[in-house]
Amino acid sequence: MLFTSYGFLLFLAVVLILYYGLPRRFQWPLLLIASYVFYGASGIGNLCYILATTLATGLLACKMQDVSDAQSKWLKGKGKEASREERKAYKQRMKKKRWRLLLLCLAVDVGMLAVVKYTGFAVSNLNVLIKALGSGRQLTFFDIALPMGISFYVFQAVGYGIDVYRGKYRAEENLFRFALFVSFFPQLIQGPISRFDQLSPSLFAPHKFQTRTISLGLQRVLWGFFKKLVVADRLIGAVGMLTKDTQTYEGCWVVVGMFLYAVELYADFTGGIDITIGIAQAMGITVQENFIRPYFSKSVKEYWNRWHISMGSWFTDYIFYPVSVCKPMLDLSSFSRKHLGEQAGRRAPVYASCFLVWAATGIWHGAGWNFLVWGLSNCAVLLVSQELEPLYRNFHERFQVAGTFGWRLFGVARTCFILCCLRTFDCYRDVPLTFRMLGSVLTSWNWGELFSPGRILELGLSWADYGVVLLGILLMLGVSLWQRKGSVRGQIAQKPYWVRFALWLSLFFMVIVWGSYGIGYEASQFIYNQF
Amino acid sequence: MRRKEGEPVGGKDIIRNRALRIVVSAAVLLAAFYLLQRLFMPKYMSSVVEGAMIAEYYGEKKDHDVIFIGDCELYENISPLVLWEEYGINSYIRGSAQQLLWQSYYLAEETFTYETPKVLVFSVLAMKYDEPQKEAYNRMTLDGMRWSASKVASIKASMTKEERFVEYVFPLLRYHSRWSELTKEDFQYFWKRKKVTHNGYYMRVDSLPAKDVPKGRPLGDYEFGEQAWMYLEKLTDLCKKHGVKLVLVKAPSLYPYWYEEWDEQIKDYAKEHGLAYYNLLEAADEIGLDYQKDTYDGGLHLNLSGAEKLASYFGNILAKDCGLSSRRGEEALEQSWRKKRELYNGEALRQMDQQEKGSFTGK
Repeated sequence: MLFTSYGFLLFLAVVLILYYGLPRRFQWPLLLIASYVFYGASGIGNLCYILATTLATGLLACKMQDVSDAQSKWLKGKGKEASREERKAYKQRMKKKRWRLLLLCLAVDVGMLAVVKYTGFAVSNLNVLIKALGSGRQLTFFDIALPMGISFYVFQAVGYGIDVYRGKYRAEENLFRFALFVSFFPQLIQGPISRFDQLSPSLFAPHKFQTRTISLGLQRVLWGFFKKLVVADRLIGAVGMLTKDTQTYEGCWVVVGMFLYAVELYADFTGGIDITIGIAQAMGITVQENFIRPYFSKSVKEYWNRWHISMGSWFTDYIFYPVSVCKPMLDLSSFSRKHLGEQAGRRAPVYASCFLVWAATGIWHGAGWNFLVWGLSNCAVLLVSQELEPLYRNFHERFQVAGTFGWRLFGVARTCFILCCLRTFDCYRDVPLTFRMLGSVLTSWNWGELFSPGRILELGLSWADYGVVLLGILLMLGVSLWQRKGSVRGQIAQKPYWVRFALWLSLFFMVIVWGSYGIGYEASQFIYNQF
Repeated sequence: MRRKEGEPVGGKDIIRNRALRIVVSAAVLLAAFYLLQRLFMPKYMSSVVEGAMIAEYYGEKKDHDVIFIGDCELYENISPLVLWEEYGINSYIRGSAQQLLWQSYYLAEETFTYETPKVLVFSVLAMKYDEPQKEAYNRMTLDGMRWSASKVASIKASMTKEERFVEYVFPLLRYHSRWSELTKEDFQYFWKRKKVTHNGYYMRVDSLPAKDVPKGRPLGDYEFGEQAWMYLEKLTDLCKKHGVKLVLVKAPSLYPYWYEEWDEQIKDYAKEHGLAYYNLLEAADEIGLDYQKDTYDGGLHLNLSGAEKLASYFGNILAKDCGLSSRRGEEALEQSWRKKRELYNGEALRQMDQQEKGSFTGK
């Protein structure tokens, strides 16, 4: 069920009416039923995956909690009489038990994700290897359709399992409540990847009907629809053409494709998250923000702190930190210090962890070499910038430009350019082709084509469409600038009623009139839904 | 009692103000939606006028002896004015482009809620289609219908896979993409549209001789589809229920090709159900049709001369076989048809004049 389909709007309307119409104690069970109906609509078979994740993680987390509780009880009771060594040995034993349970939980969750998402990729690479070794045999595999949102809910469940293992919070004893945490329908398609301790208080709390909350939520949904339908979906055809017909669209067209894809991706993903957060808000539920004006970032590092925040923090908390302090990394650190010097010794584990995190980030986005190379390229840019830090410092000491508007603007433009270049791996989905296309920007000097009449219209967009895209970009830019002073909807809410009404009514009709929906437009799923 | 300055606004005032705001806001929203919808809906005035035909019926006085229901084989081939003038038959053509059988059925059902004609003439070419065809043609028939149970059923029966019912309820959701294609016509005919037909007849005075009309290519299966049969059956029952005589016709259009096997099936059906069936294609010589002069598009449709010849011929059938008596002399009808004759002549002259000047575009 697409967020932008009539069916979803009807579904949402029914859920909202029931949500506030039923006694409040039924609100979260209603959401659970709605979430399963929503997920079931993507394919009844897909329910097996989400049920498996929920049952495995929910039950094993409870088991981990039981072990922790038993440990606490023992330490407060019999453990008081035990010697220090005995207490230590007992704790170790219990930790090991929890560890085994966590491993089992990870094996089920990550194993399932690996099978459905990466088997095809792994087998096709193995076949290439087998062929290279001269064997005529080839492995066969079933091509399993990727269940909707699996990368998101599996990560959410895994994060919960690790948090319970770490004792960050208690496991949820009610399996149905945990099932809702995993399947909450607004965030099922493309995140954010929520944490249980952040989402659960408002998810399970009873919510009173409040016009203000509902209208603020629906306003955000409307803004999300504007980004998705008016801007992102309008650009799909053009971006598709630029990246598919690589013979025709070389040189300057690669740059055009990079720019248009940057706009499309931003409008699509942030638009989708706006819809998610807006729906949740309309139900009184707080879902964490996933973006903080990412295209205003002045460095790639800053960008990754402001783009898909929930994913970045997930990788930091559950991969980067544990990997950085794991035994092999500590060994690597000692080895490096001993053989390469103090500086290198300090950097080696950080670099290795970074490498692992970005390789994982890349492969999480999709089972393909292009995603892996994209992830590692990000890693390389981040590490190189870090290494060049002293150089930047020297530069800023000599030239007092830091903090000036011009320098900040330069930083933003440079970051955008670097990220656009990196995203070409995502656009072309083929590593050698991406390098060839990027190279063609320098070798095929065809900028004149941009100004030849008709060429730009061959992309399937009329001048009127370009005008709407431009207006959309300006609106998104304006809203982002306005956001720096606080919530835009909050600021609009301070205006007189008829001003507010005129603003939202205009936005509503912009979506209705300019939206890319209905006959003649291909209904498109959100880009991040593919990951 | 007036509220003193600084005194807090009372609860009732707040509720009244809020209610007023909600009502006004909703009214503004609905009005804006309605106006935009009206603006974006195609007007079908200067091109593809076939889309404007269905709606014209509602402006008529509904007292017809004969209702023709079907596609271009009716609305371009027979002149109701001649039927009136020569036989005193008051008729109307509820025609639209590529009108599918279930659309004809629901149009007939709707028509019977307004009036009960003595005869319903149905063009059997529609039997060749057994499933929804093109959204554009659906729209030309369905958008013009007034809301009724018949319209709802017709939409449901006609929708292609990509169509959504909600887009018929709110056509703005379908036509919003016309925002960059709006023309002067959309503003000119925003409130009121001009008539494009003469009692449902779409007039063309130009001529294009029929040459090399292609023979129909052999078909794998000549049997009409189940859906088509089902709706023909329903149409027969509907007419029976209302005491309306159903007459089946195949118009004298040379193309699309009308197969012998199709003709046999219709003959058998008509015989089985005691219906009259006229294959006017076979009667072309008797009608006096000259396909070198009486068609404007090489034999697909008749021009004014052909349509008048056919009306003259078919009027005789209606009068004799269907027992329709002349209503000439009924003052109200005489007056109404006199006005229609003026418009008819005016349109014919306009087209001929444009033809002479070489600026005739067919519209």
